[in-house]
Parts: sequence; C-alpha cells; structure tokens
Amino acid sequence: MELLDKLTILSDAAKYDAACTSSGMDRPGRPGTIGSTTAPGCCHSFSADGRCISLLKVLMTNVCVYDCQYCINRRSNDLPRATFTPEELCELTMGFYRRNYIEGLFLSSSVLVSPDYTTERMITVLRLLREKYRFGGYIHAKAIPGADPILTRQLGLLADRLSVNIELPSQRSLALLAPEKGKQAILAPMAQIRDGIAVSRQELRLSRRAPRFAPAGQSTQMIVGATPESDRHILSLTQSLYDKYKLKRVFYSAYMPVSHSPLLPAPDGFRPPLQREHRLYQADWLLRFYGFRAEELLDEVQPDLDPRLDPKCCWALRHLEFFPVEVNRADYEALLRVPGVGVTSAQRILTARRVGPLTFEGLKRLGVVLKRAQYFLTCSGHPMVGLRVREDGLLRHLLALEGPQEQSYGQQLSLFDPPAPPLRRAL
Amino acid sequence: MSWTQVAYRYDGSYAGFLTCVYEAYVNREAPIDFRPDACPLCSLYPERTVVTHQSHAKRVFRSFKEKFGGPGQNMVSRGFLTCLEDKELWLWRFIQLGYEQGPSVTKHLADPTVDRVRRAVQHLNNEAHLLTGFVRFSDVGGVLAGEITPKNRVLPLLRPHFCGRLSTERFVLYDHTHREALFAQPGRWAILPVDDFHLGPPSGEERAFREMWRAFYKTVSIEGRCNPKCRQTHMPKRYWGNMTEFQTDLPDGLLSPEK
Repeated sequence: MELLDKLTILSDAAKYDAACTSSGMDRPGRPGTIGSTTAPGCCHSFSADGRCISLLKVLMTNVCVYDCQYCINRRSNDLPRATFTPEELCELTMGFYRRNYIEGLFLSSSVLVSPDYTTERMITVLRLLREKYRFGGYIHAKAIPGADPILTRQLGLLADRLSVNIELPSQRSLALLAPEKGKQAILAPMAQIRDGIAVSRQELRLSRRAPRFAPAGQSTQMIVGATPESDRHILSLTQSLYDKYKLKRVFYSAYMPVSHSPLLPAPDGFRPPLQREHRLYQADWLLRFYGFRAEELLDEVQPDLDPRLDPKCCWALRHLEFFPVEVNRADYEALLRVPGVGVTSAQRILTARRVGPLTFEGLKRLGVVLKRAQYFLTCSGHPMVGLRVREDGLLRHLLALEGPQEQSYGQQLSLFDPPAPPLRRAL
Repeated sequence: MSWTQVAYRYDGSYAGFLTCVYEAYVNREAPIDFRPDACPLCSLYPERTVVTHQSHAKRVFRSFKEKFGGPGQNMVSRGFLTCLEDKELWLWRFIQLGYEQGPSVTKHLADPTVDRVRRAVQHLNNEAHLLTGFVRFSDVGGVLAGEITPKNRVLPLLRPHFCGRLSTERFVLYDHTHREALFAQPGRWAILPVDDFHLGPPSGEERAFREMWRAFYKTVSIEGRCNPKCRQTHMPKRYWGNMTEFQTDLPDGLLSPEK
C-alpha cells in the first residue's frame, strides 16, 4: 500500500478526535535539533469545517480488537484497514514539519492485539522521533486505557501532552455502548498521569535535568448528544475533572452518526448538536478562566444551557442583584462576570484606570463589547447616556444582539392552520 | 506649541525616522508630514530633507528606554514595522506624549493616539503569529524556500521563531509586499532587499509531500460539520494564495492557486 493511501485511511480514522492543540509548553529550539514549541500553541491551517489543524493527527493503526458502538473503527465495521511502520510515520512527520505544515504529531491508535502491545509500538515511534531524528516539536500521545502503568510512564516521558478519552459522560452509557471499557480503566491512567506530572514538577524544581513527564499536561474528550446526559451532568463532570484530575482541557465533540447501532440516535435525519457543543465550550471557558463554578451556571431547575443566549448572559440575567458593576472600582473577579468583558479587556481596564477614570468611550477603545456590557456597567456612578431598559426588557435586548433566531420556540398563528382541538376534549 | 510646521523627507529607514525626531527637537520644528525619499508627491508645507545620522538615531532610541521604559520603546520600534497609514505621524505624537508623561504612556489605553498605535502593533503581532503557522516551505535542493504576502513588515518578528525552530536548516523566506527576504543558515541570518523571487519547479519528493499534505488537509475535515465561514474567520483568504493546500501542481512544474 502507498504511503499516501495509508495517510488517507489513518487520518480519516483519527479526525473525530476533537483535540488538536499544541499549547502549554515553551521549549525553544536547540542547536543540532529540529523543532520548538510555544506556550500559546500555533495553528497551521484550518480545515473546511473551521477546526484548527495544528498537529499531524493520525492513528498508528485502525485495526481494533474492541467493538465500541459509537466508534468508526469498531471491529464489526467494514472499513479499509492500515498500519504505519514506525519509520514511515517518522519520515512523514519530519517531512511535514520541515515544510512548516504542522506543529508536531498527534499519535493515537486503535487497540492492536492488546493495550500493552499498542503502547509499546507507540513508544517505538516516539523514541525514534526524539532520539534518531532529534525532533523537538510538539507530541500529543493517547494513553491507551488498560495498558501497563510502566508503559504509560515511558510514553509520557517522550510526549508533551497525554490524553485519555472519557468518550461517554456517564457510567451507564459507557456500560451500554462500550462494554469492553470500564470507568475504572479510564480513570486509573488519568490519576497516574496526574501524579506523574506532580512528581515531575517537584523534581524539576530540584534539578532542571530531571525527566519531564507530560510537561504540557493532560486532556480528555467527551461525546455530546449520543447519550441522554444533561448539560448540567456534563459540566459538573468537567468541573470535577479540572478539580480532581488537574486536566488542562476537556474537549466536547458533537456526536456524528457513524453507526447504525440501535443503541444510538438513528443516523437518518440526525443533526449533530453543534450549537449545544458551542454553548458547552463557552461554559467551559467560564470554568477555566472566569472563576465560575458548574453549580452556578446550571441547577436542577435548569439542567441545560439556553441555546438562545450565552451562559454568561444567562447567569447575569438570573443575578441582577450583582449589577451594575462600577468600572473604576470593581475588582478583577467582578469585572470578569460582566457580559461583554473578557479576560483581555478586564486586564486592560485594570491597566488603564491606573492613569485616570474610564468613560464609556474609553471602554470601547479597550475592546469591551459595549452592546452587551452597557446594561451591566456604570462609569464613575453613571450608566450609559440614553440607556433606558427595564429589567424585563433586558432579555429581549440581549436576544436581539444574537441575530435572527431559529423559529424553534413559539410559532406565528395562521388563519389557515387546521383548527385546534376543542379545549374540553383535550382536557 | 508654536514650533514651525515642516514636512520631512527621509530615507524611509527606522534610523532615518529617529533622526527626524532628533532634528525636530533640536530645531524646534513640528513635523506635519513624513515622506520617504522615493515618494514623488510634494507638500504645501516647507519641506526639509533629513540625512540619516546613526549616532543621533541611537541617542533618540536610547532616550525612549530612559523616558518611557522598555515596553514604550518596544511599541515605537514595532509601530514602525506596521502598515498604519501615516505611521510616522502617529508615532511622532506617541513619542511626544511619552516624553511628557513618562513610562505611564503605555498604560494610557483609552487615549486616542496610544490606542491607534497599540491597535496597529497588535495587528502586526497578530499577523506575525498567524504567519508562524501559515508559512509554507518547499524543499529546493536541500534549501527551504517560502513566500509570504503580509500587510505589515513581519520578517523581523518571524526571524527568531524560524531561526530557533529550523536551527539545522538553510532557508529563505521572501516577503512579496515589501520586497525583502530573510536568509538563514545555522548560526547566521540576514534580512536583505530582494527585487524578484520565483520558486523553481518542485522535485519528485517535494511533489509527493505536497500531494500528501493536500490529501491530509482534505481528509481531516468532517463533512457533517462543514463551516466555510468559520474557516475564513480564522484564516482570511488573503493568506491562501501562498499555502500549499490551496494550490495545485501543474504538469509544467508551476503552481496555480485553487479557484
């Protein structure tokens, strides 16, 4: 089989993995090696679906012993199968990297023979890259659940970031759709990686020559929309992963119908919940950078994120007693809670107000989105001039900013609709 | 300020601009316009040609750091690389403000002048960051060669990134807009004006890698999530012309951008 065909098959099999970041690690290039990494990461291209292409995202093989229902590479699926040899994969990575096509390698794999065997093959590839080809670029490797902890450790010493995918956000769904994977099999390597990173950080403080274990942290991914979990369930799980497992990122992937399994939504007419995924990412940012907690955003009364408005606006509308916030006096945490003020503009406000009081005109220059923020801010005690909105009109004003809405809530009455059933019979 | 208003003509270099600042303060003149030598337009204001003087320029450059600190100095130097219209005039106003206010000038984010310069510098930084990813090299007989068409002069900003990353390679990066090129080999580099630049036909191996990259690019996108508008927001179309994934290799060895 030609290398081109292998690449096509194995990148096609890997594309449903959402993570493609090259961030979290600053390693300048060293003479004699090729490659460097930068902490903010770098996108090298964007595919037609609008997602960033940063790493060469491929599977080492798509031959799998498992039969997970949601996965395109499941054993029972009739697909062309291929496997890279370690040399092929290294040549490909180096060729792409030299031409500045990619920032590094994202190496995942289906389970060939056994988790141990698969991990050993991945280690061979990474060792060749780092030692023979002197590659100093970014490597994101998948830890295979069920592999020996010693092998996972070796993998982490060669890679920059490790990830273990949770895939389904609850134990019940996992038992139903991926019976060969257990919750424990997924969480055990996560805990091992967390501890490995903590120990490695400690050792690096004592000696800068200490081995670096997954220096860019670990991440995970969940599929959204394949199973009936609520947004509240997903966000609380995310929160506990950030708290307990010290993850760098949790990725959400809207379920794409790749299987006819009766346990999953039927592929005909199924639309991937892209809007829901978008709102989840917005909420995820609120958890990581804005000091929100999952339980603040959603509760039992409201278990799902509002598709019409972003989660921060929704929170603000439910907590009007928190507003208005005074721009010239409020602390950073309070500024971050204002819709229309982000991390960058909040920091700019802190800088700019040291040299003089800020006005609404000045705020506009700083990059604050006034069309949203104007309802929630005062400058030196004054609200925006000409702003007259009562509390009950606020939702309407904010909704109007989001642009034309889909007609999913409420319908216009028509004279020619079939008559509604008489009220008494309906009762 | 009741200083005489004049239009300066200088050689278009950064040292030339700094000499203009020096001359303005020494002769108590308020520059109303700056024109590079090559610009054929003439001004209604009295015009004066400023000859670049290295030690005067250095003195002005050092004064930036003393008067408005490292970040302020950095802002002026980067501001000179931007594509801001009348950048010299905006920078002149910024420098005046800096001499008056001291290091706090960079914190005056709500001031119209500071805001203008900050935005221009941000545009430059953003473009340089995007291009660290969007540059595409071709292997031409062991030397990597790439072309870009940026709005700002980004080569000085791209230089540390690529020299550090490709420390074992020899490479050329040509800027079509400003007609200059970055040449680098292990341990040495230079940015020089180059009038014309053409890539030769690709070798067999180069062609194979380009094909594989195009195949990867096409495959990795998920059809069900197709969102061309999102792609264009992240990667504006003006960069596409120089990117391998949007070009096709013609049989005669030339490249054509995809329609």
